[in-house]
Amino acid sequence: MGMNIIVCIKQVPGSNKVEVDPVTGVLKRDGVESKMNPYDLYALETALRLKETYGGTVKVISMGPLQAMQIIREAYAMGADEGILLSDRKFAGADVLATSYTLSQGVREAGEFDLILCGKQTTDGDTAQVGPEMAEFLKIPSVSNVRRIVSVEDGAITVEMDMANTVEIARIKFPCLLSVEKDIFMPRLPSYVKMRATKDREIKVIDFSSLEDQDEMKYGLNGSPTQVQRIFPPEPNIKRELWDDSADELADKLFSKIKECKFI
Amino acid sequence: MVRLVINNEKITDRDAFIKICPFNALEIKDGAVKVNGSCRMCRLCVRKGPDGAAEIVEDQEVKTIDKSAWKGIAVYVDHEDGIIHPVTLELIGKARELANKIRHPVYCIFIGAGIVDKAEELLHYGVDNVYVYDHESFRHFRIDTYTSAFEDFIKNIRPTAILVGATNVGRQLAPRVAARFRTGLTADCTVLDIKENTDLVQIRPAFGGNIMAEIHTPNARPQLATVRYKVMNAPERNAEAKGKVTVCDLSNVILNSDIEVIDVVPKPKEKFIENADVLVVAGRGVKSKEDLNMIHELADLLGGDVACTRPLIESGWFEAKKQIGLSGRTVRPKLIITCGVSGSVQFAAGMSNSEMIVAINKDEKAPIFKIAHYGIVGDLYEILPRLIAKIKAEKGA
Repeated sequence: MGMNIIVCIKQVPGSNKVEVDPVTGVLKRDGVESKMNPYDLYALETALRLKETYGGTVKVISMGPLQAMQIIREAYAMGADEGILLSDRKFAGADVLATSYTLSQGVREAGEFDLILCGKQTTDGDTAQVGPEMAEFLKIPSVSNVRRIVSVEDGAITVEMDMANTVEIARIKFPCLLSVEKDIFMPRLPSYVKMRATKDREIKVIDFSSLEDQDEMKYGLNGSPTQVQRIFPPEPNIKRELWDDSADELADKLFSKIKECKFI
Repeated sequence: MVRLVINNEKITDRDAFIKICPFNALEIKDGAVKVNGSCRMCRLCVRKGPDGAAEIVEDQEVKTIDKSAWKGIAVYVDHEDGIIHPVTLELIGKARELANKIRHPVYCIFIGAGIVDKAEELLHYGVDNVYVYDHESFRHFRIDTYTSAFEDFIKNIRPTAILVGATNVGRQLAPRVAARFRTGLTADCTVLDIKENTDLVQIRPAFGGNIMAEIHTPNARPQLATVRYKVMNAPERNAEAKGKVTVCDLSNVILNSDIEVIDVVPKPKEKFIENADVLVVAGRGVKSKEDLNMIHELADLLGGDVACTRPLIESGWFEAKKQIGLSGRTVRPKLIITCGVSGSVQFAAGMSNSEMIVAINKDEKAPIFKIAHYGIVGDLYEILPRLIAKIKAEKGA
């Protein structure tokens, strides 16, 4: 029955240590190394397992600077067949809407597909919104919080969706988009053999001029209805005490405070 | 069209200029500084660089919208099989506060099956009109039918802003609706305010780091925002019901779905960290898995629960649902004691509304001390055993 699966992946900073200098207001970011968004590994693993069971292809798609090719190489080393990178200055400054729209345009360039898989969220934006917005632009059904694939039938997939108090078991027609939970499968490590074998494999780079919709107002900052007005360091708590003393004294003081507040 | 232009002749110190960008979007190419695809249009290079070195050029007028055509603050009623999630009430309280500032009404949109009487209950919390989409096909949440009902509501009522709980349903539905109307959506807002011109002021932690961002949606309506449970305050229930319930016509709503719900299985009842009055939190300062025993012991003695930070999830010591923070849960207990937690904004966003925050950390410069009511500079391995012994002695007495 071969399935054509597309997995959305993103390059994120290796560390989240970002601070604002309180005096100058300038952002400081420690270290420049970056990695594949860890949540995407679960989506990629899900795709590879489906391919191993049912046959088909796994393509990965990403949007970002040319350096993001590095995570596509990583996906190749895990077993992905093809990779697409959407990269253009015109995509810069994109919020959720413009990002989702650009990706949905990129997916159209990737050819026929049955299933798009996304991770739960990214570690740098933490919004978990790009998947559902993409599905809307592609006019396909979507399900988030997928914690298990129950079965794949002809033309549909049955999954478990995690709700707050219940688990909904639903069958969704292809083509569709699923956002998967962490822990749906344990991601495999990149294989050295595969990495060697795929080192010259092409990564298709798509810029603005290759997309179907040539309206520049729908991409990047121009296509972003939300605007960051200002960034600022979080306000410290006003009423606070700092205790620095011997361990005995500190334990004593803490005990008294907890007791005073009637927690004991 | 808004573009960022670099005027190389105005750059005095190239290396210093390139370093302004926290996203490495400025690079030297063909002998000149250029902007690459990593640019997030944060405009720091415009503000911090030499005058005119980087500038924002607008080629044409931004399309403006008639904001007066959009009226009211709407709240999506989050529920599972008609049982309303408490985040809904918190959002109604916030919506009322915002609506009063701009003299707008407060609406609810309630999509489900057999929910009219449940909608009546919302009138005790300060809602002017609850719009109900009641049909058997809304029995279970399905993205396509729910979005269609939501679309109908927005087209008919035209609210200026819509608040949605950041639940498993809200996190799927709000983006879908935002994309359909090509409008802005800001996730996980921690502070909301509104301007006289009806622009929603949305504040949330940004770039996954120790920064807050204020986000506006100046040229699109409706403005969508999601807010997590326990971030806003729930209003008191009024004895008297005010406002009305409007049952909406479904003739323009798509009721057929590409998703078939086969079964709904209740999850076993479990302890959620969101519901604990007391939380003891383990951070990276806890050196081994065995050492978690004292964290558990302290939590048990205080009648509370144990939670953790992201690194401990990654090391496999805890299940994901025990994680506090932007990528985990938001908690608001009466007492929270953090042990060896440095306190990134990512983490703080998930617990800074706690009533009493006690932080134990060896490093006096740890950011957790900026939000802790009682900061204890010391070694958790020395303090916790002493504290546990004291509580045991007290209880035994």
